[in-house]
Amino acid sequence: MTVINATSIDEVVTALREYPAARLLQGGTDVMVEVNLNRTGVGDVIALRRVSELRRWHVDDESRIMRLGAGVPYAELERSPLCDLLPALAEAARTVGSPQIRAAGSLGGNLGTCSPAGDGLPVLSACDAVVHLQGSTGSRDVSIHDFMLGVKRNARRPDELITAVSIPLTRGFQGYAKVGTRNAMVISVASACLVHDSEGGSVRLAFGAVAPTVVRARVAESWLADALSLRGPLAVTPRIAQEFGRRAAMECAPIDDHRSTAAYRRHAVAVLAERLLLRAASSNASGGDAR
Amino acid sequence: MTPSASTTTRTNTGTATTSRGVLGTSALRPDGLPKVQGRFAFSSDAWADNMLWGATLRSPHPHAAIRSIDVSGALAINGVSAVITADDVPGQLTYGLIASDQPVFARDVVRYAGEPVAAVAADHPETARRALAAIRVEYEVLRPLVDAEDAIAGSFPAIHPDGNVIRRQRVIRGDQNFTGEVVVEGTYEIGMQDQAFLGLEAALALPDDDGGGIELFVATQWLHEDQKQIAACLNLPTSNVRLTLGGVGGAFGGREDISLQVHCCLLALKTGRPIKMQYGREESFFGHIHRHPARIFMRHHADRDGTLRRVEARVVLDGGAYASTSSAVLINAVTHMQGPYTCDIATVDGYAVRSNNPPCGAMRGFGVVQACFAHESQMDKLAAACGMDPVEIRLKNAMTTGDKLITGQVMESVAPVERCIRETAALPLPSALAETPDVLALPGGSGLTARTSNIKRGIGWGVSMKNLMYSEGFDDYATARCRLADGVVTLQFATAEVGQGFVVLAQQIARSVLGVDTVLLEPISTAIGSAGSTSASRQTWMSGGAVDGACRVVRERLFEHVAAVHNIDSLRLAINGTDVVDTMGALRISVATASRDLVLDETFEHHHRATEELDENGQGNCHVAFAFVAHRAVVDVDTELGLVKVVQVATAQDVGRVLNPLAALGQVEGGIAQGLGLAVMEEIVLVDGKMRNPSFTDYLLPTALDAPDVVVSMIEEPEPQAPLGAKGIGEPPCISVTPAIVAAIRDATGKDLARVPVRPQDIVFG
Ligand SMILES: Cc1cc2nc3c(=O)[nH]c(=O)nc-3n(C[C@H](O)[C@H](O)[C@H](O)COP(=O)(O)OP(=O)(O)OC[C@H]3O[C@@H](n4cnc5c(N)ncnc54)[C@H](O)[C@@H]3O)c2cc1C
Repeated sequence: MTVINATSIDEVVTALREYPAARLLQGGTDVMVEVNLNRTGVGDVIALRRVSELRRWHVDDESRIMRLGAGVPYAELERSPLCDLLPALAEAARTVGSPQIRAAGSLGGNLGTCSPAGDGLPVLSACDAVVHLQGSTGSRDVSIHDFMLGVKRNARRPDELITAVSIPLTRGFQGYAKVGTRNAMVISVASACLVHDSEGGSVRLAFGAVAPTVVRARVAESWLADALSLRGPLAVTPRIAQEFGRRAAMECAPIDDHRSTAAYRRHAVAVLAERLLLRAASSNASGGDAR
Repeated sequence: MTPSASTTTRTNTGTATTSRGVLGTSALRPDGLPKVQGRFAFSSDAWADNMLWGATLRSPHPHAAIRSIDVSGALAINGVSAVITADDVPGQLTYGLIASDQPVFARDVVRYAGEPVAAVAADHPETARRALAAIRVEYEVLRPLVDAEDAIAGSFPAIHPDGNVIRRQRVIRGDQNFTGEVVVEGTYEIGMQDQAFLGLEAALALPDDDGGGIELFVATQWLHEDQKQIAACLNLPTSNVRLTLGGVGGAFGGREDISLQVHCCLLALKTGRPIKMQYGREESFFGHIHRHPARIFMRHHADRDGTLRRVEARVVLDGGAYASTSSAVLINAVTHMQGPYTCDIATVDGYAVRSNNPPCGAMRGFGVVQACFAHESQMDKLAAACGMDPVEIRLKNAMTTGDKLITGQVMESVAPVERCIRETAALPLPSALAETPDVLALPGGSGLTARTSNIKRGIGWGVSMKNLMYSEGFDDYATARCRLADGVVTLQFATAEVGQGFVVLAQQIARSVLGVDTVLLEPISTAIGSAGSTSASRQTWMSGGAVDGACRVVRERLFEHVAAVHNIDSLRLAINGTDVVDTMGALRISVATASRDLVLDETFEHHHRATEELDENGQGNCHVAFAFVAHRAVVDVDTELGLVKVVQVATAQDVGRVLNPLAALGQVEGGIAQGLGLAVMEEIVLVDGKMRNPSFTDYLLPTALDAPDVVVSMIEEPEPQAPLGAKGIGEPPCISVTPAIVAAIRDATGKDLARVPVRPQDIVFG
């Protein structure tokens, strides 16, 4: 077992070339669970904790795109100033585990694990985020929609590090809602993120834990776009919200497992979509604004 | 944490502490500070030079024949000192609390997924893990018996030489043809709950140099019962197996049975080296027994005015693969089916069956939890059928001292059922949902799912009766020793301190009885006689009685000494504060002075009154005593998503006497949290005998955000039978709170909800 305490992205990439089977370790909140579960020993480890570049974020003034380092912990996402810039991500971050987990866990790890129940992922999907990867032969940008391939499968190549995600900042409501069977510290049974881009004129909806990977409810999104104007405040009636939820729920493919049933999950996402849209409408009405 | 989401507690007993820490004060426990500061040594912190690590190989199958076991691969690994199987057990091949039916290691057949098959000792936990992986076991997988009804119907071949029915017990009383003017019935289900103690199983075994004995440091509930079972398996005289209690992080019944004790000792004797064993969370789920899942049919008969006349019940408890305490859990369930209500006619039929599910045994509430969920759900149905409200019907039928139970036993305990209900009803209700509520305090909590217009509030009731101490003729006595020298008391007992706080209670007793300030505690070990188990709400009564008795005998001897020196009658002497005083004269000397150059050392056994076994009709004086409690739950339910927030639980509990207000409150609040867990989230999910959620990721326990406000009224009517006037208070808090919460959810939603835990989908689609 070799442990490499990298201090820069370059060092990580070099180390990955040398130890292709090594585990990347950021907060360790998934890695350590897996190590204990599989009882396999840890193997070689490349620790990312000291790579300060992964902990940085900044907003490009012109494009209004947030570039968020993969190692920024949830504890930072849930607080100001980031929570004001990315409200849905902050709401999702606040649902992750406990304060201890949020102090260590990161979006990079959430993407690395790529569980369908990962709470950061529906937000990235609804925000049309881009994942930045750095390998020994160069870097590439992958849309979040192409990055998530299936249950705990993603498009990262073994020699690549996730360095950051880019998230366009939008004007308008955004929110995250997650159903679990206790009131905190619970793995998602079903979740939803809704982003209203009031300038661009779109409402985007993504679901977690109701399919092998996060799903975007594109059919319902375009139905909504036909049903009302999405620019500026939303004139949503309760009937529209309900129909939006009903249609969106048809776009997921939930399963029965020990946490819940497919029928409940489908029902839950319909309710979440409906409520998020109503929240979006009332927040517009009261002049709410993500920025 | 927002104030509304935290547990705020009001109590009528106060929390005054005096510096002396006598009975009735919130004296601080000696292990309290070390625990919150992380300095307390739990069993898993034990360490010895030169020690090896033990680990257990378990069956992946719920039912399979073992064709062969090849340990050679494991033995070939560098650092592995021993591999043992059933062939290495020198004594009795099985153990068990009531019937010795559980193998130390499975030999020919495995009867549950997780059953131990072999164990290894190695120089490092990692080596031990690799050794386990290198053991080759050839299984022939057999069809598992997983439905309790198959065991009862006899439609499945016996999975154990003792058969598939562990015990059947009827309770038959009164006119069996009686039909009430009002009849209500229902079938209720209780899921499998885990004790989920936070301090995992752990032990350290130190073999004697000559291999003829062993010392074991272990987290357990009953040292002497462990000692007896371990010695039989090791084929050693009991006195050569010496146990000392390791630091215990909770028990709740889950440490009554043997888990790693025998394995650890066997490895130590085989290797001649200290062995440490400890389970991780996942293994713990397989390593201890659970609460019996149950299916209970009940029919209640009443007069039109709500007077309860007859209860009928069919109770089925799934005991899993081995007997453990199933037969005792069953008699608790069948003898408590009437609840805390007067009822003359009973027709109860109960089964505890064997299956290829994980073994079940003791857990806080011990059979009464299951019975109570059924009878309290029924009382609400009866109330509805009679056009009464839930409080009214319970008051109308409330049991009193002198009533005859369905077993024919006369209720001799103080039975303030009516007072429990009335005082609970008098406790303040929580304020209504605010217009802009704290979102974290709504159903769904941090998930931000709630929409206020979809939230309905409900109120529900539960009342229970619970037996205290062991039943059916068992003499579960307790022993304690008190030594007074130079004004300092040293106490010795084998009472397992599992978190309940007996260590402080014992000190309080000695301070009160003997007027001393300093009370030292000897290690808790088998160096003294048995204290019985820390279970059945019995240690305050039993070990408290023993400590009290030992202190009183010492006090008599001190008085005799003082009387002799001062030439007066010892009957005139009393303890006043920290002095010995002559109640008829001027003499006053401090206990310290009076006991100078004196060593008074007395041992005392406390026995409760004798009980009897039930006859075939379930008649007999089988229980020692009873305690009562009422719970009122207020819940907010997101009716559309089926999510629940328990807002408040109010409770008035019959405690006899409060000996330590803070400790009593801890039991009440903790029990309520555990009962809430069973009501809305805690369940071991089994599919074909296999556990689907053996982790805290998926076996959900209530968090601080799920815990309700708790408002408490302690009802103090000293129990004449109890040595200190105090009843056991450990179990009642977790019993009727579960049906109270479910009743509140029914009130909010109008759904039937005949099963716990109530899942969101049960509310949405139920
Ligand atoms: C008690 C508990 C509660 C939890 N609750 C939640 C919850 O509510 N919601 C939720 O979504 N998750 C939850 N998790 C899971 C976990 O916290 C999250 O998935 C978290 O985002 C993981 O981040 P990390 O930094 O700890 O990742 P790590 O454990 O360090 O890594 C996770 C995976 O990602 C890879 N990885 C990490 N960083 C990179 C990178 N920069 N580039 C490429 N690969 C990388 C690692 O190699 C590994 O495969 C919980 C975990 C625990 C232990």
